[in-house]
Amino acid sequence: MSLSVLAVDDSRTMRDMINLALRTEGFDVHLADDGEHGLEVLDDIDPDVIITDINMPRLDGFGFIDAVRLREDTRTTPILVLTTESSAELKTKARTAGATGWIVKPFAQDKLVRALKMVAG
Amino acid sequence: MSDPMQEIMASFFIECEELHESLVDALQLLADGESDIETINVAFRAVHSIKGGAGAFGLDALVDFAHQFETVMDACRSGTLSIDTPLNELFLRCSDMLSDLIRCSRDGEDVDAATSTGLIAELSGYVPSEDEGEVEEIEFQPMVLDLGELGPGSDALPMDLPPLDLPSLDDSDETEAPELGPSDKARLAVEFRAEGELYESGNEPLFLIKALADLGRCETKLTLDPPKSIDDLNTLGSRLSWNIVVETDMPPTAVHEIFEFAEGLCKLNVVAIPGSAAALTKDVSTEVPVEAAESSAPAPAEAQSSNTPDAPAAAPAPASKPEEPAPIPKPAAAKAPEKAATTPPKTSPTVRVDLERIERLVNLVGELVINQAMLSQSIAEENIPPNSPVSAGLDEFMQLTRNIQESVMMIRAQPVKSLFQRMSRIVRESSAAVDKTVKLVTDGENTEIDKTAIERLADPLTHMIRNAVDHGLEDAETRIAQGKSKQGEIKLRAAHKSGRVLIEVSDDGAGINREKVKSKAMEKGLIPDEAILSDSEIDQLLFLPGFSTATEVSNLSGRGVGMDVVKTQITSLGGRVTIESTPGAGTTFAISLPLTLAVLDGMVITVAQETLVIPLNAIVETLSLSVDDLKPVAGGQSVLCVREQFVPVLDLGVELGYREEAPMQDGTIALLISPEEGVLVALLVDTIEDQRQVVIKGMQESYGRVPGVAAATILGDGQIALILDPNDLVQNATGDDLVITQKKAS
Amino acid sequence: MSELKDAQTSDSASSTQTEYLSFRIGDSEYSVEIMSVREIRGWTRTTSLPHAPHFVRGVINLRGTVLPVVDLALRLGLDASEPEERNVIIVVDVGTRVMGLRVDAVSDILAFSDDQLQPPPDMTSKSRFVRALTILDDRMVRILDLAAVLPSNEEIAA
Repeated sequence: MSLSVLAVDDSRTMRDMINLALRTEGFDVHLADDGEHGLEVLDDIDPDVIITDINMPRLDGFGFIDAVRLREDTRTTPILVLTTESSAELKTKARTAGATGWIVKPFAQDKLVRALKMVAG
Repeated sequence: MSDPMQEIMASFFIECEELHESLVDALQLLADGESDIETINVAFRAVHSIKGGAGAFGLDALVDFAHQFETVMDACRSGTLSIDTPLNELFLRCSDMLSDLIRCSRDGEDVDAATSTGLIAELSGYVPSEDEGEVEEIEFQPMVLDLGELGPGSDALPMDLPPLDLPSLDDSDETEAPELGPSDKARLAVEFRAEGELYESGNEPLFLIKALADLGRCETKLTLDPPKSIDDLNTLGSRLSWNIVVETDMPPTAVHEIFEFAEGLCKLNVVAIPGSAAALTKDVSTEVPVEAAESSAPAPAEAQSSNTPDAPAAAPAPASKPEEPAPIPKPAAAKAPEKAATTPPKTSPTVRVDLERIERLVNLVGELVINQAMLSQSIAEENIPPNSPVSAGLDEFMQLTRNIQESVMMIRAQPVKSLFQRMSRIVRESSAAVDKTVKLVTDGENTEIDKTAIERLADPLTHMIRNAVDHGLEDAETRIAQGKSKQGEIKLRAAHKSGRVLIEVSDDGAGINREKVKSKAMEKGLIPDEAILSDSEIDQLLFLPGFSTATEVSNLSGRGVGMDVVKTQITSLGGRVTIESTPGAGTTFAISLPLTLAVLDGMVITVAQETLVIPLNAIVETLSLSVDDLKPVAGGQSVLCVREQFVPVLDLGVELGYREEAPMQDGTIALLISPEEGVLVALLVDTIEDQRQVVIKGMQESYGRVPGVAAATILGDGQIALILDPNDLVQNATGDDLVITQKKAS
Repeated sequence: MSELKDAQTSDSASSTQTEYLSFRIGDSEYSVEIMSVREIRGWTRTTSLPHAPHFVRGVINLRGTVLPVVDLALRLGLDASEPEERNVIIVVDVGTRVMGLRVDAVSDILAFSDDQLQPPPDMTSKSRFVRALTILDDRMVRILDLAAVLPSNEEIAA
C-alpha cells in the first residue's frame, strides 16, 4: 500500500522533481500549483502527507497550512515545508504555522523520502 | 526513453523564461510607480523559483546570483528597503543578467562572470550577503535521484521493520527505564515525552519510534502518567512517555536527526551506553521547554473538542499498519468555510504540447485544405447544379475546413509580449550605450501572432529599436532646446487590423532628415544628382541596400546591418514595412504581417503552361492589355503607361526561363506590382485562373532557395505550383537600376 | 513494385553482402544502395523550377511535400529522352535530403559483397557520379554515389 502525497509548489520544475523523486519510490503523488489549488485538491483526496512550498501566489504556504489545520479531515495530516532557507527562524515560522517538518531545497531524493517516512511512516 | 531529469531540466528552462517574463513585468510596474506589495512579491517569487530550480540542477552561477538578487528583493518586500529609481534600475540590469545566466546555463556557454560579480557586489551594497557560516548552511547540492531502486534493497520501507517490543498500557504504573544491563553492543537510551503540540503539528510518535528501530533493535517501555486533574483525561497525549533502548553504534546525534521535527515539541533525552567495556556517560541531554507559540494557543480546546488525537490510539497497538493514520470522517460542512473564502483561479488551464505535434497537425490540416480544393474541382468538373445536396454539402465542408484551419493556426499563436520584453532590454542597453535617457512605452502586448513570426521578428525589431535610439531620438540638449522633455520616448505597439497584425515602432525624435538622406543617397550613387523625390520616396531610400545615415559608425547601429535587411526579413514573413515621419515630431515604422505563416491569399495565374501563385498583397492592379499599350524603349525593354507613369514591363515567362521572348499578343494580362512604395512594375502573364487561399509548402529544406520564388503550394489537381516572390523577382530581373531609373523618370 | 520491401527483408543474403536496386537508363544499368531507396513512383508531370540546373526536372507533390526530381540521364550526361508514362521516379534518402531520380525503368535487386566491387578506373568529372563497378552475368553494373548525384548548393544557387 503506497503512501499518498500532496505536493504544493508554484514552480513547475519543483513539482516535476518531487513527482519524479516520489513516484520512483512508489508514492502516490498529487500536485497543486499553489495554496488555493492545494485546498481544492484536498476536497478530492485525503493524502497521508502534504508537502508545501512557502512562497506562492494566491495563497502562500503559511496560509495554506493554517487552512489545512482548520479543516477537520486534515487537522493532523503531517505537513512538510519545502524551503530554500534552513535558518532557525524559518523553522520556527514553519513550526508556528503548524507544519510537521521541513525539507531544505534542493532536496536529495533519499532525504525527502526519509523525511516523509519520519512523519507518515 | 529520454532521461527524465533531462526532460525536467528542459522544462525548467522554459519555466525560467516564463518566470523571467513575470519578473520583467513586475519590475516594469514598479518602475512606473506601482507600489502594490503583491508586485514585489511576484518579482521575488520569480527569482526565488529560478533559484530553487537552479539549485536542484547544480547551476551554481545562477544560484549565487539569484540568491543575492532575491535577498535584496526580500528586504524590499519586508519593507526594510524601499525601491527608488536607482534600485529599480539595478533590478532591471540584474534581471537582464539573470536572463543571460539562464541562457548560458541552458546552452552551456560561458557566463559573463565579471558583470555578474559586479552586480552581486552592487546588490550587496543594499543588503550585505550573509556571513560564511550561514551561507554554508544552505545546502545547494545537485539533486541525485535513485531511479529504479525500488526493490527489496530499500531498507527504509516500513514492512521491513523489526517487531517493536512495546508493552501494553497495563504496565502504566511502571516508570523506570528498561533494564540497562551490560551488553557487548553499544546502545542509546532514549527518553521521549510527547507534548500536546507534537500531535497538533501532525507528528506521530509511532513513526519516530519506527525510525529509531531502523538504527537497531529497540526495547521500548511506554509510560502513562496518571491524570493530575479531570481535565487531563482527554489530553492523553502529553501524559505518554517512552523509554527506548536502541542497540546501535550510531552517535546520539542520529537520534536527534530523527527527532528533528519533534524538537521543541517534546522532552528528549539521549544517553549513549557504550559497549560493556566503556563507561556510561551522559552524552546529550535535551529538554526544550514547549514554545509558547501563538498559533498553538487554541490547541487544548481543540484537543478536547474532538476525541483523542490518533497518536495514543496507535501507540499501544504497534501492529497497526502505517497506512492507517486513523482517518477522521470528513464532514461535508468542514470543507465549506474554506471554499467560500477561495477566489476562483484566474488563469485558464493550459496543456503543454510538443511543437512537433502541432506542426504535424498544421500539415494535416494543410492536406485537408488541398483535398477539399481537389474535391471542389472535380465536383465543378462534373457540372453538378449549385443547389444540389452535393454542392450544399461541399459548401459546409469548405466552411468547416476553414474553421478547423483557423483554429489550428491559433494554436501556434502567441502574444507578442515576450518579444516586447526583449525590446525593453534593447532600449535599456542601447540608450545606455549612447548616453540618452529613453523610456519605452508598449501597447497591445497581448496581441497574438504566429510563434515563428515572433521568433523571426526579434532581429528586425532589435535593429529598428537601436536605430530609433541612435538616430531617431535627439540627444538631451537638443531635446531641451526643442522644448521636448529630456527623456526620449519609443513606442512599441501591436494590434490586429483587418486580418493582419500591425506592429509599430515610433519615436518622438527629430524625424527623418530628408536633406541628409537625399544627399547621402546621391553621394553613394544610389540616385542621380538631379533626382526630384517626394518625401515618402526619400524615406524609402532608407531601405535601399547599403544605405546608412550614420555619419560616424556608432557602436550601436553600425553593425553592417541596414534597414534593407530589416525589410528583407519582414518581407520573408509575408509582411510589409512602411515609414511615416514628421520633422521635429518623430518617425514611425509600421510592420504589417499576416496572422499566420502557413497560408496565403494568392492569385493563381498561368504563364507558358506553368501554373503559378502570386501573393495577393503584392498585386496593386490587374490590366488587360492590347498590343498598343506597350511602348518599346530600347534593348527589348518596354514600358507601360499607367496614369501618366511609365511602368517597366517584365514578361514573367521570360524572367522565369519558361520561354523565349516573343511579341505580345492582344489580351495579355499585366499584373501591376509594387515592390517598393511609389514604384510600379508590370508582370505579363497569360491567364488569371483563380484567387484563393493556398497552403504554403517550404522548398528551402527539400531543395534550396530558388530566385524569385518564395515557396510552393499544392493545387486542387495535386500539381505543385510555385508561389512567387515578386520583389525578389524584380530585383533579380533588373537589379536595382530599374527602380532608380523609374524614380528618375517620375 | 510493392514487393521490393519484402525482397529486402526476406532475402537472407550473407551479412557481408549489400543489396542494390538496379535500374536502366537507355542501354546502361545503374544501381543504388537499397537502404537509401524510400519508394518508387510512376512518372508524374513535374513543375519546373526557374533557374534550376538543367538536370533538375522540377518538383512533384509527394503526399503533401515538395519533392525535387533529378533526371539521371541528364545528370550523367547521357542522351535524355523526353519523360514517358512508363518512366519511374525512385525516391531516395540522402542524409537529410529526399529527392526523386527519374530513370527509364527499374530492373532488379542485386546483392554484392564489397570485394566484388571495383573503383571506376578513370576519375573524370563525369565518372565522379559512379562510386564502383561490378560485373554480373557479363553485364556491367554501375553503382552510383548518391551524394554526388544530387545537386550541390552551388549548382542550385548558380
